[in-house]
Amino acid sequence: MNMLSDATTRPTAPQASPEAAVQVRGLTRAYGENAVLHGVDLTIRPGEFVALLGRSGSGKSTLLRTLAGLDPAPPGTVQVPAARSVVFQEPRLLPWKRVWRNVTLGLRAPDPRARAEAALAEVGLAHRLTAWPLTLSGGEAQRAALARALVREPALLLLDEPFAALDALTRLRMQELVTALWRAHRPAILLVTHDVDEALGLADRVLMLEHGRIALDLPVELPRPRRHDAAAFITLRERLLAALGVIH
Amino acid sequence: MMSSEATARPRAPSRLHWPAGWRRAAFPLALLALWQGAAAAGFTSPQTMPAPSLILHSFWTLIVTGQLWPNLLISLTRVLAGLAAGVAVGTALGLFAGLTKAGEDTIDPTVQMARTLPHLALIPLMILWFGIGETPKIVIIALGATFPIYLNLFGAIRGADAKLLEAGAVLGLSWRETVWHVVLPAALPGFLVGLRQALGIAWISLVVAEQINATSGIGYLINNARDFLQTDVIFDGLLVYAILGLATDRLVRSLEIHLLAWRPALPHR
Repeated sequence: MNMLSDATTRPTAPQASPEAAVQVRGLTRAYGENAVLHGVDLTIRPGEFVALLGRSGSGKSTLLRTLAGLDPAPPGTVQVPAARSVVFQEPRLLPWKRVWRNVTLGLRAPDPRARAEAALAEVGLAHRLTAWPLTLSGGEAQRAALARALVREPALLLLDEPFAALDALTRLRMQELVTALWRAHRPAILLVTHDVDEALGLADRVLMLEHGRIALDLPVELPRPRRHDAAAFITLRERLLAALGVIH
Repeated sequence: MMSSEATARPRAPSRLHWPAGWRRAAFPLALLALWQGAAAAGFTSPQTMPAPSLILHSFWTLIVTGQLWPNLLISLTRVLAGLAAGVAVGTALGLFAGLTKAGEDTIDPTVQMARTLPHLALIPLMILWFGIGETPKIVIIALGATFPIYLNLFGAIRGADAKLLEAGAVLGLSWRETVWHVVLPAALPGFLVGLRQALGIAWISLVVAEQINATSGIGYLINNARDFLQTDVIFDGLLVYAILGLATDRLVRSLEIHLLAWRPALPHR
């Protein structure tokens, strides 16, 4: 089984297909003189879990924000599903609304409270339905943010370094939770992260963004749950670290 | 051993181990006692600084003779009417300027200019315009209350957390929903700060407005007492102002505790 394949050897010019959850063609974004994204092409299949690695300033947040619709894109360059949700690095819950009301915020579906309860139960927060967000721990708040994203039944889930602010143990539990939720609901996921192990532990495919270009497109064909000490895992990690310029 | 910390470091025996309320009251009570003692010893004259006991006695007289209540009611009505008008105008302007670009462009520069003018300086003008009845008094109070409401509300709306606004956008909130669910609740603490400031200014404005041509109210009581050299009654009036100011501030504070229940550790005593 060939677990490694280069962006250069793989056919990376995908044809427009209704099969794709996300299709980005030649996306270029610039702030004044500074070009942040240079002709990025990106396809994410429905249900595919893609991790996006890159150093600070590589443009990965801009790419995610463009897919989220927070940053404008030139017409015709970006196709994303209407049902998409974002989880940010901070939970961004409204502190003046109880947890379940945060989950139903902007939700246009019948019986929102029951949906919120179900979503919160799924992330293990059934007991904090009526809590004020500022009384939640960091992990609980981030799980509430996940429930708020899930309750919208997204075809595309955008995760912007959602575990970066959590302690190591909570982060591991959140990674397990995201894997479980992804298995149960099968949204396409784009996870932006700094963490090579996190990317390899979760994703079907790891992309690396460098100077506004996708420099590496690496399928991760390892069985789940993934052991970080498996030889194949270590090989992939070294490859990514080398690509990031951390090791040589 | 972790559990031995409490026994290993016994608390230093405290000589002043009273309940906190008593400790706070001790200093003002001591001052009052000193004042009473000075008056009893003849260091102060009743015409300039009557003893606290004398002030309390005349306060009681004002109550039982029925002089206090109607005047207090009138002063309270003036403040509430002026405050209501000021809060209404300040809120309307603050919302318009805070929520819309057109509002900011048209209103904010003018209000920012107008607020630098001490509103009490307008009293002569108010008397020319509205005479010496209730209207100029209420207008002055309203004018004073408008600016803190406007400034705090405008600032609080513009200071709403951009990250929460972004989250709202991602959740598909319309402009109206964003204002209702995100912007206004975010601005509420600032608005309540403005309300407390407005209340303080309203009482100051009342005091000044009642010095001029008042025929009723606490200010009238004080002016009258001055004419008859009843220094104790002047102190009674000051006492009433203080109690009213404190009571209304407490009211807003309890409103704050109720409305901002989502804040986990609201600093209150």
